[in-house]
Amino acid sequence: MSARNRELLGLIPASLLVTAGFAAVFIERGSLSQDQLSEASLTYGAIFLGLCVAAHVFLRIALPHADPYLFPLVAVLACFGLVMIYRIDDTLARQQAQWFVVGLILFAATIVFLRDYRKLEQYRYLIAAGSLVLLCMPRLPLIGAQVNGAYLGIRIPGVMVFQPTEFAKLGIVVFLASYLRDTRQVLVVGARRVLGVTLPPLKHFGPLLVIWGMAMLLLVVIRDLGSSLMFFGAFLALLYVATNRLSFVLIGLVLFGIGGWYLSTTVPHVIDRVDVWMDPLNPQRYQVEGFQIANSLFAQADGGLFGRGFGGALLRTPFDSPLLPAAETDLIYALIVNEVGLVGAVAVLATYLLFVQRGFKIALLARDSFSTLLAAGLSAVFALQVFVIVGGVTNVIPLTGVTLPFISYGGSSILANFVLLALLLLVSDKARRPEERARGALR
Amino acid sequence: MNVAIMRLFAAIVVLFVILVAWTSRWSVFEAQALRDNSLDKRPLFTALRVKRGAIRAADGTVLARSVRARRGDIWARDYPTGSLFGHPVGYANLIQGQLSGLERSRNDELSGTTSELNSIIDQLQGKRRAGNTVVTTLDPDAQRVATDRLSGQKGAIVALDPRNGAVKVLASSPGYDPNVVRDPEQLRALNTDDANAPLFDRVTQGAYPPGSTFKVVTAAAALDSGKVTPDAPVLDGNTPRIVSGVPLRNDDGVSRGQIDLTEALTYSVNTAFAQLGEQLGKQTMDDYMRRFGFYSLPPLDYPSDQMVASGERGPRGRLIPVTSPLVDVGRMAIGQDKLAVTPLQMAMVAAAVANGGTLMKPRLTDKVVDPDGRTIKTIEPQEHSKPISEQTAEQLTQMMGRVVDEGTGTAVQLPGIDVAGKTGTAETNPAQDITQPWFIAFAPATDPQIAIAVTVENTQNGFGGTVAAPIARDVLASLLDG
Repeated sequence: MSARNRELLGLIPASLLVTAGFAAVFIERGSLSQDQLSEASLTYGAIFLGLCVAAHVFLRIALPHADPYLFPLVAVLACFGLVMIYRIDDTLARQQAQWFVVGLILFAATIVFLRDYRKLEQYRYLIAAGSLVLLCMPRLPLIGAQVNGAYLGIRIPGVMVFQPTEFAKLGIVVFLASYLRDTRQVLVVGARRVLGVTLPPLKHFGPLLVIWGMAMLLLVVIRDLGSSLMFFGAFLALLYVATNRLSFVLIGLVLFGIGGWYLSTTVPHVIDRVDVWMDPLNPQRYQVEGFQIANSLFAQADGGLFGRGFGGALLRTPFDSPLLPAAETDLIYALIVNEVGLVGAVAVLATYLLFVQRGFKIALLARDSFSTLLAAGLSAVFALQVFVIVGGVTNVIPLTGVTLPFISYGGSSILANFVLLALLLLVSDKARRPEERARGALR
Repeated sequence: MNVAIMRLFAAIVVLFVILVAWTSRWSVFEAQALRDNSLDKRPLFTALRVKRGAIRAADGTVLARSVRARRGDIWARDYPTGSLFGHPVGYANLIQGQLSGLERSRNDELSGTTSELNSIIDQLQGKRRAGNTVVTTLDPDAQRVATDRLSGQKGAIVALDPRNGAVKVLASSPGYDPNVVRDPEQLRALNTDDANAPLFDRVTQGAYPPGSTFKVVTAAAALDSGKVTPDAPVLDGNTPRIVSGVPLRNDDGVSRGQIDLTEALTYSVNTAFAQLGEQLGKQTMDDYMRRFGFYSLPPLDYPSDQMVASGERGPRGRLIPVTSPLVDVGRMAIGQDKLAVTPLQMAMVAAAVANGGTLMKPRLTDKVVDPDGRTIKTIEPQEHSKPISEQTAEQLTQMMGRVVDEGTGTAVQLPGIDVAGKTGTAETNPAQDITQPWFIAFAPATDPQIAIAVTVENTQNGFGGTVAAPIARDVLASLLDG
């Protein structure tokens, strides 16, 4: 079976899931009669399937050799997220569905205009600088938006609160993939052993120190431990893939640890986050700082092994104040555990892991260093984003405000992650083209 | 780079395993501890959204029901009969997590808590969880008579059907209106009113000296153990008599010579019963008291911390067995010494005698009805114990009939109905003539349908025959009328 036909088959489970999911929500609400029920949930299922098929037809024409599993995996995640958001609020779900349409358009545009994605390398410093500017913009007056003490949003009046971290992560990965492609040889060859530790040469170590400094600065500027962990983690992952030197990673981790420790004992907002992380159920902090994480844990306990079913979780108190704050964004994973239980949550995590696995597979298949580093970097940053938010919600690490890709509500997240998907598919298509394969075999 | 990519993927798999482990930790392994955490308001909010079932009297009168709250998507509790049924019904103040009375003891049925399986089936059928209606055995007319007759005094009345244990009247005065309990300020005021203790259920929690009503227990032990017969003149009715080194007098000061048990009970002769108690001995008295239910919580469907066990109480208020050296069994036999007995326990004594020696479990609930009107649970009459033989019960019935016909309890006489009873007057403060009158009875004596216990706290020179017996008469009249 051809790759594209496999992709088409892969879309069937996604459309079944979205139809069944909407039906479950309607049943729980008890708001529709039997006829309306099948009609409405089938309509949602049909529209979703239509969008997926349109994207599939586009891929068939534009990227016939691209990995066939990535897009269906994204469709499963996206439709699951849509059901969860619909269950919270139909208006949000409608907006989310519109963002999906815009996201698919951006996805197609990326594939059309970045067909030769390697020209991104020429603009690497521009991209890096642009990403850093984007990251710092939430601190600017008037347009900056502070949420829970972190500076993660830029207000675009009437449209959305734009989350620059989502796009900056792509820019940074593109820059690093390009920079490390050039320097990876010198980093390895020029390395010296000092006191039993392999150190990269100072000349090239310098830029890496700069990147570490950036990550720390980021921590101070946007005050978000999770985002800087995601960026720095992606940097270390790429550094490791490029140099194959574990010592570099260890040095990086130690440096990040020192910086993180220093900041978590001096910056008040970070101190609070760490305190709550250490003792999430402390009654003294429950009402304010601890409310979010404590209720995240309570919601997960309420879900248990099999969950309460779509629509079964309690999101607001009877007096209409939120019981699970930011259920559609930061805490959506807690709601997933609450409604579909540990079993459903593990299925979601497995879907992410499959996505990441396909990403790395693309990196392995790619024929040039930049493509390999780009695919590996995008996959790593994607995986780390999942780890940072799910780890935050489950209190593995302090809770921070990044989105769960393709599931959380939010335009920036959807748009950026569709661009990420487009880049992975572009790399994949190039790597799997028959002529490329043949060239690889000849080499 | 390929090896590094593979290792990187392995590292990411490890990170995801950590995520699964932590999710399992909260959702499964530590879930129970989290659900029990008082910070988590989910169980409360879920409960508030359930329409709690009604509580009804035996005739269908609504005693408690759910109404839409003024604020929020929740239900509030309304008690249409106000303070009339405050004690037996209790109150449900879910927001403060406070429940009492039947609202507490029947909380599972009222809140509709059923098995996990049933709730899954209901969910599939699209049913919203709803509470069940609890139909009680209570009789509103008689409860009103009892409450009216106690108003302005502190006291307790409990009446039940000796044949099946159904409690018809459970009145404790002063009462309280469960409608005001939802206001935390008012609840605090009720809780701190130590002088009146309106929330205190005197029927099940009031532990009083039973006075001469306890002579029924002594007589039962004497007859059932075969030590005496009703009409053998073997008891010394002269006064005073030295009991445990201290002289004991008859209430009326009359020396009655050698008398039989019937006469001793009819005229409530202290000296004769003290002699009887000493003859029976501590062990026999202990045995018979336990058979009647003393020394354990009454088997009523009522919250256990709203009931106390009856018996001798030691210096620190703890229950001590009759066999303890601290007990003066002669004085205990006439209801004095350190006896602390609830009105419910004395009603159970009367009920056992009335029901041919078989004590039925007292109960407040008749059945549980689901929201669709189907009876899902019927509380069947259950035998609790058989303290005395049928013959003993019959002999005691005749003796207690004499008490009402010609003895201390003539005030309870009802036209056309023969009542069997026993008066009691505990001297709570002899120096100021403060007494606690008692009356226990059952009627009709030939075919007992109701057993009753009445007591009034701190009356000025009141007697069981003059204060408590007339109240019992009115409640009996109301119950036997219908």
